Amino acid sequence: MVRFHRVSKSFGDLEVLRDINLEIAPSEIVAIIGSSGSGKTTLVRMLMTLEKPTSGTIEVDGELLWHKKENGRLVPADEKHLRKVRSKVGMVFQQFNLFPHMKILRNVTEAPIHVLGLSREEAEQEAISMLEKVGLGDKLDAYPSQLSGGQQQRVAIARALVMHPKVMLFDEVTSALDPELVGEVLQVLKEIAAEGKTTMLIVTHEMDFAREVADRIVFIDGGRILEEGPPEQLFGNPRNQRTREFLSRFRRTI
Amino acid sequence: MLWNWDYALSILPSLLEALQVTIYATIMGFAFALIFGLLLAFGRRSKIRVLSLISGAFVEFIRSTPLLAQLFFIFYALPQLPYVGISLSPLTAGILGLGIHYSTYLSEVYRAGIDAVPRGQWEAAIALNFSKGRTWLNIILPQAIPPIVPVLGNYLIGMFKDTPMLSAVTVVELLLTARIIGTHSFRFIEPFTMVGILFLVLSYISSLGVQWLEYRLNSRT
Repeated sequence: MVRFHRVSKSFGDLEVLRDINLEIAPSEIVAIIGSSGSGKTTLVRMLMTLEKPTSGTIEVDGELLWHKKENGRLVPADEKHLRKVRSKVGMVFQQFNLFPHMKILRNVTEAPIHVLGLSREEAEQEAISMLEKVGLGDKLDAYPSQLSGGQQQRVAIARALVMHPKVMLFDEVTSALDPELVGEVLQVLKEIAAEGKTTMLIVTHEMDFAREVADRIVFIDGGRILEEGPPEQLFGNPRNQRTREFLSRFRRTI
Repeated sequence: MLWNWDYALSILPSLLEALQVTIYATIMGFAFALIFGLLLAFGRRSKIRVLSLISGAFVEFIRSTPLLAQLFFIFYALPQLPYVGISLSPLTAGILGLGIHYSTYLSEVYRAGIDAVPRGQWEAAIALNFSKGRTWLNIILPQAIPPIVPVLGNYLIGMFKDTPMLSAVTVVELLLTARIIGTHSFRFIEPFTMVGILFLVLSYISSLGVQWLEYRLNSRT
């Protein structure tokens, strides 16, 4: 479903990701862990077309994301191509990024109406059932500023889901939340995961959560994938010295 | 007698008629400035380097030359230019001059408003696959404009007070009318005082309007 091939990314002289190769199968759930500044957020941001890779290719659902083929050669993608492939990807952000000038219902219907071309009735019907699913059916007429962080993040998840992306990216979606609100958001993620319809790429610091929902854990350190494997193996018996250090440091801070 | 009520009343209709010209010039000039200023702000942000350089240079040039010189150029010099030269009526030239002049200031105000929209809003728009046009129209501008409404309002009132400059290109607006009336009757106290009062009243009403608009926009969120 997703394929990173020899992807590198530099910001000026700073190389944040180096020679990343990663394949994700349809409906697989992959958790990406690693310390701050390791490059894990940049990895998902490239998949959302928010950052452009310096080199390498990314494929989504069989199509190149940042490039297209012209006469057998790879050329940089134009906006039209980006929009086409981007429609297969959805993302939830650390800072929610809801539209503050729209009520909750409109936050969720805006893109289906103006991007997918749904009628207002269709869009509202689906938005309401999605908001009910994340437990916010009673907040349709509220503005984002009237909601708690956990509620805002659940709206953001609903807003991304109604676009029916094949791949959902979650970028540290609980990091900006008060501790007591983390659970409600993780619960929603678990429900989406349990449905098994969506491929999920989850950047997280919640190790217990990653262990519970992910099919595979990817550990990134210093811009490289150092280790990957099933949760039991990576958490239970990490092969790499750096993975062990990271995990033990994590247990200590918690 | 220093102030003659009968005389004041007798000239009021002429002044009110001239006031219509002043108001018309302000509204048309400001509408032009609102639209052209936004285009200039877009131009400066454009990824096409030539466009952003031209927009930037235009804004700098207009802002550092006097409005009066610009009005003279549009009215007297423009018709003499080869190929592009067109003759404009005094009022059209005046509206165009005011509009262009103020659009450069408004473009900076827009820019501040647009820059204040958090980056996350742009990213959310990309993640939801909005087109560029939709992103501007539905997400960025509705957040960028409400905070700058008070500043835009101040420029509206500033432009209103600059309309007497149009008399330099023979637009018979409020102040020029008052001067003509005064010259004919040798009484200047009433006409000029009434001009002052009319400007004061309208500026005050406009500022109340701006306050109301500001309140409306901010109570939405």
